[in-house]
This record gives sequence, structure tokens and C-alpha cells, in this order.
Amino acid sequence: MADLPKADELFKSINYTPPSTGWMDTPADCSPGNWCYPAKAEKLEYLGFPNPRDWKPSDVDWKLPENWQDIVHQGFKERLGKYRSLKVFMDVCVRCGACADKCHFFIGSGDPKNMPVLRAELMRSVYRKDFTMAGKILSTLTGSRVMTEDVLKEWFIYFYQCTECRRCSLFCPYGIDTAEVTMMARELLHLCGVNINWILEPVSNCNRTGNHLGIQPHAFKDIVEFMVDDIEEITGKRLNVPINEKGHEVLFITPSGDVFADPGIYTFMGYLMLFDHIGLDYTLSTYASEGGNFGLFTSADMMKKLNGKMYAEAKRLGSKWILGGECGHMWRVINQYMDTMNGPANFLQVPKSPITGTVFHSATQTKMVHIAEFTADLMKHNKLTLDPSRNDHIRATFHDSCNPARAMGLLEEPRYIINNVVKNFFEMPEQTIREQTFCCAGGSGLNTDEIMEIRMRGGLPRGNALKSVQEEHDVNMMACICAIDRATLIPLSNYWAPGVDVCGVHELVGNALILDGEKERETDLRLNPLPGKEE
Amino acid sequence: MNALYSLVLVFALVLLALFGVGSAHMVKLFGISLPMVAVAVFLVGFAYRMIKWAKSPVPFSIPTTGGQMKSLDFIHHNKFDNPVTPGQTFIRMVLEICCFRSLFRNTKVALKDGRVTYASSKWLWMFSLMFHYSFLLIVIRHMRLFFEPIPACIGWVEMLDGILQIGTPRMYMSDVLILVGVAFLLARRLWDAKLRYISLVTDYFPLLLIISIALSGIYMRFIAKVDIMAIKQLTMGLVTFHPVIPANVDVSFYVHIVLVCTLLIYFPFSKLMHAGGIFLSPTRNMPNNSRIKHHENPWNDPSIKPHSYEAYEDDFREPMIEAGLPVDKEA
Repeated sequence: MADLPKADELFKSINYTPPSTGWMDTPADCSPGNWCYPAKAEKLEYLGFPNPRDWKPSDVDWKLPENWQDIVHQGFKERLGKYRSLKVFMDVCVRCGACADKCHFFIGSGDPKNMPVLRAELMRSVYRKDFTMAGKILSTLTGSRVMTEDVLKEWFIYFYQCTECRRCSLFCPYGIDTAEVTMMARELLHLCGVNINWILEPVSNCNRTGNHLGIQPHAFKDIVEFMVDDIEEITGKRLNVPINEKGHEVLFITPSGDVFADPGIYTFMGYLMLFDHIGLDYTLSTYASEGGNFGLFTSADMMKKLNGKMYAEAKRLGSKWILGGECGHMWRVINQYMDTMNGPANFLQVPKSPITGTVFHSATQTKMVHIAEFTADLMKHNKLTLDPSRNDHIRATFHDSCNPARAMGLLEEPRYIINNVVKNFFEMPEQTIREQTFCCAGGSGLNTDEIMEIRMRGGLPRGNALKSVQEEHDVNMMACICAIDRATLIPLSNYWAPGVDVCGVHELVGNALILDGEKERETDLRLNPLPGKEE
Repeated sequence: MNALYSLVLVFALVLLALFGVGSAHMVKLFGISLPMVAVAVFLVGFAYRMIKWAKSPVPFSIPTTGGQMKSLDFIHHNKFDNPVTPGQTFIRMVLEICCFRSLFRNTKVALKDGRVTYASSKWLWMFSLMFHYSFLLIVIRHMRLFFEPIPACIGWVEMLDGILQIGTPRMYMSDVLILVGVAFLLARRLWDAKLRYISLVTDYFPLLLIISIALSGIYMRFIAKVDIMAIKQLTMGLVTFHPVIPANVDVSFYVHIVLVCTLLIYFPFSKLMHAGGIFLSPTRNMPNNSRIKHHENPWNDPSIKPHSYEAYEDDFREPMIEAGLPVDKEA
């Protein structure tokens, strides 16, 4: 952190002119600051990932298994047979460059290997050599190369500078999705024991304790009690929050970041107040207390294993359907993978709002509803008593979290909610929102401090867009529907647009909700005085 | 450097045809055997590649969406960027394949006055559309060489293409547009430093090859003024499998045909297969309905189970009881 350059200096250092040496002849920079810390051996051992050891990416010797080239080759071959996406994406790129300036890491760094096309070429070059006739014969002419240790190191550096946000995929004429390529490259790296701790430790925590922070069940209950205390202080009303209780209609699962970290906890308080207000029959679970699926960043198998807890717990508790909190990749997994991997969950029912009677046809198969859909429906049916003036001190903008925006298309629901609870709402520039939204640069397990400069570079497009609404409309709050955003956007906005805070959409709902029998509120959920209530 | 290699390759092909026919008199090789082989390689190769792709399963439903999903009744659903039904997905694909919809979105990033700016940039979309449609028109026009009698629709295309009635023989718009389109694509690759950096020999070669095909075609029509009836005799001979080599076929025709055959042979082994691959891209050709309908993963492994609740409770039973959390099994 200490040697992070000032924002304007960093901006000036960006240069889009590629280096004079060809990309195959430019080795990756493995100096500290360019990589996340490698996974601890004990975590790999616990999870059964191969080649656990102590190593450092800045060392020359990465202590790879002896036959690592063969491992990568066989792993590559297996995945080409398992995924049409990988096969097609390795073959059809015409290098038109439409994706080149769409990646936030490229925009902020100018490093050509952060152009999605070149990031994928790092892998394609090996694919051509190993799996195409022309690549085997005419290596330089077809852009193929042998898998060497340098290439592997380059993969590690650059596939951990991709947040799998899929913005490039939107612009690609063939829909080539770098997230798929990155996922495959990371799977291959895992086979050789090359991975990062900020992903593997959460994975191992999620597996054992139920959430990525390793919060144990009793501590989880304590934290919820603290929040109930805070809500009581603010509203004068003590809420009852069921945990691990059987026989409730709805199982609510949210990312554990909402339980643990500021400002996620305010969002969590918002959920609890909402459920109390409408009298929802629900329970939380400590066993399935993590919506975010860090397995997505390791392998399809691990993703399935972690995701499986949601259905398992809903079955054990006898819930009818599952409600999911505000989270990015949690929803990518639920929307695109959950039913395929762990369904069909026929022991559940098609979700129906007990308050409005709305049947959520969009969740017919997964039986899992996004809280933004749920709340928007409540608002449409006028089931909430709201006082938006309690958010008058907030001038909000909305950050579309990449995963819900580009993998689901959840764009209008959060806006509908915000417009119902906040009077001052301003959109960031068109090319930085909705499906064109820019990543927080800390997704896919990269929200770790040792790569802060890389994150700030990647955060430039979002930070810049934020700054523009800050200057134009005095925006002081960026709402989002992702727990990783709530963690990563704070350093980002402190750096690029100081003075803008970050919140979840349901924090704003919690502020505006008028609970039955509550006292007159003096503060918002952050215990800041409400407008007109300042001393 | 990569561009230069490609240029040399294309020149070599032209020289091969010129000497092959002009000095070595290998007309049968270039006029009959090569086209037969090229068409066979193209058809078999194209099919082989498509089948090879299609053989890999699509384990997960992974569309990249570009607008509001189908959700609540009062929220407007963006049907063609975020389809849920096969019909909507079909329209999305038609828009993608016929109108290059994703490229239409293209923006260009620049750093100006301490800001990142995004400007709409539709040049690539415009010129590639121009190039691909001209190519299509030219292919359709050439079909008159392979049919007897010539189907009426080919005549219409030809008439429309030459509707400006400039010069004799009449100039075709597609001839001009394809050159403009390809020239833009090539110039863009050479001038844009980022693109030059990522461009391989295999990126320049097809562009230069297509330029030389177009130029040799134009040369035949306007400068050499080749005997079209003789050429038709040759092409009809090929289609009917009774190959003949008529007299009066200009050497420029052989240059043209060698280049075209190279393109046909090169096609299935190269990035040109994007023409087939676009149909199979899972991020575009799938509906975004995996929360609504079951999608089957053929290699889904049912033995992968989550860490069980029982094991979890065994691990934390004491503190859970102490905290007053319900447990399944008392200590």
C-alpha cells in the first residue's frame, strides 16, 4: 500500500503504446506487487488440491511437479473434450481487437497482455502447438509456442489479472468469453499446484465452516445479535431472527461479507428489517452461510461442492424455496450453474411471494429468488411503508455488479428499488453501466491488498465514471448488489473519487422502511444523524 | 514483419500460377486437379471442424446477456439481447450473424484531460459488414459459372450489383466495396499499434490473399477481358465431372483460380472458420433460462457432495448448543 502512487501520477503513467519487443519475447514481471500470495500448503492439503508446498512467485524455482508439462497437456486435452466453449474460443478468434480496450485492467495499465485477445492468446499459442497440425509444423508463422516454465509463469500473472467480469465477451463478434478461458487456465494451473491463497483459504473455510471468513456457528449468531442490537438502538424495536430453525417457508442465504464487514452489515440489517416488516417466515443458516461461491474461481468440481450446501440445507430445514441476498458471483453460479450441477431440487416449490402472491416464474427450476426481484415486487404491490426522505442526505448512483448484469441481466430491479427509497438518484455515464458496466477490479478472488496498484489501475474506469457523477451531481453514495463490490469499491472510491461511500441497495431500503411500532428515528443504519436531526 | 511474410507468400502463389501455366504448361493441374482437390478439402475440412466442435458438450448454460432479463411482469424484458425462448435466441443469432450486432456496440477508449473517454466506434462494424456482404454478392454472382441455365436470382443479383452502370464492362459495386472493406481491415491492422502487436502471419495472409483474388478478378474483367464463354466451359466441366480445358483461357484466370483454391484449402484450417464457429458459440446461442429450465451436463458427477451437515454439526456441536442454536443430534 505504501508505495501506491498518487491517483494522478498513476493516471499519467498509463501508456497504450505496446513495447518494442514482441509479446512472446517479453517475459512476465514476477516481482512482488504483481501477484497475489500463493496458497498455503495446509489449505491445499485440506482440500485435496495437488502439489501443496511453500513457494513464492518471485523465486526462480516454483517447485513444480516433475512432469508438469504433461499434466498441463493432459488437463488441456481433457477440458477441450469437456467444454465446447473452450474448443470454439481457442479456434475462432480473428484478432479483430474489438475487445482490446474493453478490459478495465488494460484501460488502467496499458499492458498489452491485459487485452482480452492477448490474454487468451497466452493460452491459444500453447493450444496451437499442442493440438493443431499447422501449429506443430509452422510454429512461428502460426503464433504457436512450447509450454515452458516462463509461459506458465505468464499464465499465473495474467490469469490472476482477469476478474472474469465478461465485459469483453459482450463486445466480441463471436462472444468469446475470457472468463471461460481464465477459468480453464486457472484449472490447469491448479493441477500443478499454482494458485493463490485469497481464493483457496475462502474455499477451505466455506467448505468447513460454511462461509469464506471462517465464522463459526456461535460467532455467526453473536454477530447477528449485534446487528439486532443496533437495529433496536435505531428503531427501538427488537427483531427476532431465526437461525438454523426447521419448518420455515424461506431459507435466506447471503454472502458472508454482509454478515461480517462494514458496510455489508448495514445491508444485512436492511434485509432483517425488511423481513420483519413484511412478516416473512424465514430462517438463516450457519451451515449454508455463504452465498459467494469461491469454488467458481478454482474448478467446476469445487464450485459444485460448495454450491451443493444450499439445496442440502433447504432440504434439511424443510424450506419451500430459497431467497438469495445481494451478491455478484453467487448469482452467476445460481443463474448459470446451480440447477445443472445440483438440481433438480424437486423437494422445493416454485417460489411464490407470501405477501403479494406473485409466482416467480423466472425461478421455476432453481427455486431461488434474488432479493432485488423479491423487494421490487413488494414495492410494486405497495406492501412496504416507506419514508424516502430518510435518505435525503444520500445522493446515490448505482454500480451494476458485473455478474448479475452480464450473466443474468438483472438491471431494472435494483434501479426500481432505489428509485422508491431515494429521491436523488443519478446514473453514471452510459458506457459504464448496465451490461457495459465496469468491474470493481477485485472480483474472482483478487480483492487482496498485495496487488493494490493493479486493483487501482483496474478500478480506473469505474472510479472515473464515479468521479464524473460526483462532480456533476454531488453524488456521495454508490449503491451496488454485490458483497465483493462492497469490499473492493471502498478503496477504489477512496483512491479515484474520495468522498463517495459504498452501500448495498437494501441498506437504503432499511433506512426508508417504517417498521410497525418503531420509534422516531434519529439516525440512519450507520448511526449517522438523519437530515434535520443533527444536533 | 508478419505482414511482409504474408505478402511474400501471396506473391509466391501468383508466381507459381504464372510460371506453372505460362512456362511449365501445367494447365490441367491448375485448371482441373487443383480446383477439384480444393473444393473437396474445403467441404470435408469445414464439416470436419464443425463436427469436431459439436462433439464437445456444452456442460453449462453460459450466455453473455446484453439487457434486462425476463423477470417480473412490470419490468420490460429485453427479448433479443437476453432471450429466454429458442425463438428469441434464434433472432439474437440472426442479428449477430447478419448484422454483426456485437461489433455495432464497439467503443473506443482514449485518455483525455485526466479522464478515460469512450467514443462510439462503428468503423470496424461498417467495413467488416461491407466486406462480408460484398464477398457474399461476389460468390453469388460467380454461381452463374456453375449453372446451366442460370437461375434467375443470380441474374438479379448481378443486375443490382451493376445498377450504377458505370463503364464497360459494367462495374460491380461489390468489387469496389470488397476492396475498400479489406483495405480498411488491413490498414487498421497495420496502423493501430495495439492490433499490429497482436497480429500474426495468419491474420495478414487471408486479407492479402482476398485482396489479390479481388484484384486478379478485376484484372480479368477489365484489362485482360478474358473469354468468359471459355471459362464457363471449364467450370461447367468441373461441376459435371467431365473436365475440359478449352483454348483461349487467359493465364490471368489461372492466377485467379490458384488464389481462390488456396483460400478454399486454407479456410478449414484457419481462423476463417469463424464463419462456422459463430453458430456454435455458447455465450450467444443459448437462451438465458437456466433458472427456468433444466440444462443437462453429460459429465456432471453426482458423487461430488457438499461437506455434510452432519460433519459440520459434529465439528461445532458444543458451541452450537451453548449458543442456543438448534442441533439435530444432542451431545
